[in-house]
Amino acid sequence: MSEPKLLKLVIAVLHRDIVASLRRGSEWSNPLVFFVMVCALFPLGIGPQPDRLADLAPGILWVVALLASLLATDSLFRGDFDDATLEQMLLTHQSLYPQVLAKTLAHWLVTGLPLSLLSPMLGLLLHLPGEGTVPLMLSLVLGTSVLSFIGAIGAALTVGLRKGGLLLSLIVLPLYIPVLIFGSSAVKAAIEGAAYLPQLAMLGVFFLGALAFAPLAICGALRISVDQ
Amino acid sequence: MLNSGLEVKQLYTDRDDRVLFSDLSFQLNAGQLLQIAGPNGSGKTSLLRILAGLSSRYSGEVLWQGKSLQKNRHDYLQQLLYIGHGAGIKAVLSPLENLRWSCALRGAENSDVVLLDALNKVGLRGFEEQPCFSLSAGQQRRVNLARLFCIPAQLWILDEPFTAIDQGGVCEIEQWLSEFVSGGGSVLLTTHHKLSVSQDFSVIALGASNV
Repeated sequence: MSEPKLLKLVIAVLHRDIVASLRRGSEWSNPLVFFVMVCALFPLGIGPQPDRLADLAPGILWVVALLASLLATDSLFRGDFDDATLEQMLLTHQSLYPQVLAKTLAHWLVTGLPLSLLSPMLGLLLHLPGEGTVPLMLSLVLGTSVLSFIGAIGAALTVGLRKGGLLLSLIVLPLYIPVLIFGSSAVKAAIEGAAYLPQLAMLGVFFLGALAFAPLAICGALRISVDQ
Repeated sequence: MLNSGLEVKQLYTDRDDRVLFSDLSFQLNAGQLLQIAGPNGSGKTSLLRILAGLSSRYSGEVLWQGKSLQKNRHDYLQQLLYIGHGAGIKAVLSPLENLRWSCALRGAENSDVVLLDALNKVGLRGFEEQPCFSLSAGQQRRVNLARLFCIPAQLWILDEPFTAIDQGGVCEIEQWLSEFVSGGGSVLLTTHHKLSVSQDFSVIALGASNV
């Protein structure tokens, strides 16, 4: 297969998925609203003392971002499975790998990326010290993309089940943990004035690994889910 | 025979310990039309999903041009157009956007003129830009069927293509099937409708022998 053809396929899938989720609205707005609401509840719950909040902020922001990402995961293949367009994706002589890659990327662009861009504002709300803002954004950009890939594996495995919701969380959450650890520790390190690049580098490694190998797992999982 | 199209040998499948069909053998060559008949739940859709390569829950052999589907998958998928009983379209997208995506998946480089022509053929002129959820069930089905005209294929596998289609539309589709078959294509379809096409065609009845 020639390269431009592959690129065309990726662009077509990206375009279709982004347009579809922007028109549907709930797909990109739900995680975002969840992120804002839950983060806004924390100062109310633990009290408005700035130093106490600042201490907890990296962890809170990262955990809520992770849960918001999990919330969005189930919809990744659900719609395509329900309207049988997933069958079309499987029934083409063109490889499934670039399609899945494009779908996951599109999903990240409408869920993970807005979360990352919004995070400095919520950092402000939680009295996150200024030094933590840039590492927070960078770690979320890298981290949420990894979460999207991991989530896509779980979503692909459970899309054929009637009630996959809880199972999806059980499959995906343990795999989210390393991302959470390195993500929030990057922010903490930056606040304490220590180097945060090692943690970001680790997230970068996760990202590259996920980029290369997760689509293989997703393709296999989709074939199994449709095979019934 | 070199150019035997689709060949099925001693196919067997079951669902939840219920045998749907066993020892099913038939052949579908270029220029032939085959109808799968049978009551609801007799395994028509399961058979089509197996033949499309979506389901591997069977024993027996399915050959395309003399080679098994697993070995010949790439070639087979290049020649196959499967329209299942699902919607096959995204409701928030317009018919034109849906077709663009379907063609891109197949690597069919069609200009919008071709796609508009296909939509025109299925009677959706003037609806190209409307979101599909605002179309009727029959119109949505027609959007899905418009793929027949913009994706080149040798073999059409159609699962209940007449669902929700009006009487005039059914005649039109039968005509398309005739044209495709006389042009050397093969068609495998399920329907409860009494098919009237200009060619001879064979019917395989499922569910009769093993009730």
